[in-house]
Amino acid sequence: MIIAEQKEISEIINMVGDHRKILVIGCDTCVTVCLSGGAKEVAILASALRLAFRVQGKQVEVNETTIERQCEIEFVDSLESMAKDKDLLISMGCGIGVQTIAERFFHLPVVPALNTKFLGLPEKQGVWVERCQACGQCVLDKTGGICPISRCSKSLLNGPCGGSQNGKCEINDEIDCAWHLIYERLKALNRLECLEEIMPVKDWSTSRDGGPRKMIREDMCL
Amino acid sequence: MNFQQSLTQNQFTITTEIGPPKGTDTSEMLAQASKIKDRVHAMNVTDNQSSIMRLGSLAACHLLKEQGIDPIYQLTCRDRNRLALQSDLLSASALGLRNVLALTGDHPQVGDHPQAKPVFDVDSTQLLQIIGRLNEGRDLSTQFMNKPLTEGTALKGKTDLFPGAVVCPEANPIKPQLLRFSKKVVAGAKFFQTQAIYDFEKFENFMKYARDLGAKILAGILLLRSAGMARYLNKNVPGIMVPDHLIKEMESSAHPLETGIKIAARQISQLKGICNGVHIMAIGLEDKVLDILDEAGI
Repeated sequence: MIIAEQKEISEIINMVGDHRKILVIGCDTCVTVCLSGGAKEVAILASALRLAFRVQGKQVEVNETTIERQCEIEFVDSLESMAKDKDLLISMGCGIGVQTIAERFFHLPVVPALNTKFLGLPEKQGVWVERCQACGQCVLDKTGGICPISRCSKSLLNGPCGGSQNGKCEINDEIDCAWHLIYERLKALNRLECLEEIMPVKDWSTSRDGGPRKMIREDMCL
Repeated sequence: MNFQQSLTQNQFTITTEIGPPKGTDTSEMLAQASKIKDRVHAMNVTDNQSSIMRLGSLAACHLLKEQGIDPIYQLTCRDRNRLALQSDLLSASALGLRNVLALTGDHPQVGDHPQAKPVFDVDSTQLLQIIGRLNEGRDLSTQFMNKPLTEGTALKGKTDLFPGAVVCPEANPIKPQLLRFSKKVVAGAKFFQTQAIYDFEKFENFMKYARDLGAKILAGILLLRSAGMARYLNKNVPGIMVPDHLIKEMESSAHPLETGIKIAARQISQLKGICNGVHIMAIGLEDKVLDILDEAGI
């Protein structure tokens, strides 16, 4: 899922500026699961904003709502009645949610309350880790189900660099060396021969490096 | 005798390395280099070493070559994509450079521009393949390395590069490193320089493996100047592990730099006959390489 974290409240207050009628919008999908932008976080942020504006002596009306998915136009459509008399929308969705709302409500400003971090999973309570960079050409079959693109700091394809020590990355010893993990897993699977062949230079054009991406499935088009 | 000839004729080969300045004043670098040039076969020029921005290795190699020094052009994948790497390799060849050390490069986060966007379009193994391809007179254009060499665009004048790579025989665990090392041999590395060697038993085991692959190895020797420096290296430089007994030897010395020189010379003597040469890293005290070589009787 998409992992995001809330921005500092001071930054959000700054983004509100002189706006007086605000709608804080949550999302029930990824950001609810990663505890950053669901109904609960929306309630907390809306209360914090009301309090902050009262302290500043400002008359600001703060409404709140949470929709199923901010990344689908059908759900964003349902915001119409609540959004129409507002002068600012605050999205607590990921960057996709913010942009879907911006596209749908072309004449209303929308600002992000979250920083979208990465595609990953909760490793344990309160800890989220990255697992995929959406490079567009999955190599997990060759690397024991461990992604060198997202988990090696240098996205190396042919084994650990000289900075790998005791299974940890040169950047800091809190980060596992992806190639150490790949080696250990392929060893356990009795498939170390996967590592003998030189992986060719990667085609990064299917990644973000090829420009904004689009997927079309003719069979699904109406 | 130049570096390539020395290695090919199986002589004990001595290299050292020099870091370009942070700035445009190359006088000190050139002065240091000229003091030691007659005692070493070649001089590596580091490429934004430890991800610290400095004058470029290509320009510095060219300046050293003008002084009659055989440079080893260090080239990392950290700051250049495949266009820049190939282009710089053509430039190097056009300037008459021959020896290239293909490196992945430290991550920007360990250096002085930690917010930089790293490149790592290709890795060092793939860079070795690219060098092989340029030497064949073809570039990487429009297709990928798994296609036959006849593809790609023919170069107007091919490179004549002598590619090398690095290996970290002290890595723990060693097996994943050895797999990568073997790939580098297959990818065309003609010589290897190692990170600083301290565990000679481990190194001899590594050499058995390297000899079977026919790889030429120059063992890394790092000049310690104080116990504090050793601790700093252990903490901050990826792949360096100075053992406690050497730190103690440095600590109890009244003249730590002299002790560092003696330690380095001792290590060189131990390595003679085991590997193909040594690569001495004096990190800013390049003129001390002379003292190390004198002490080692080379």
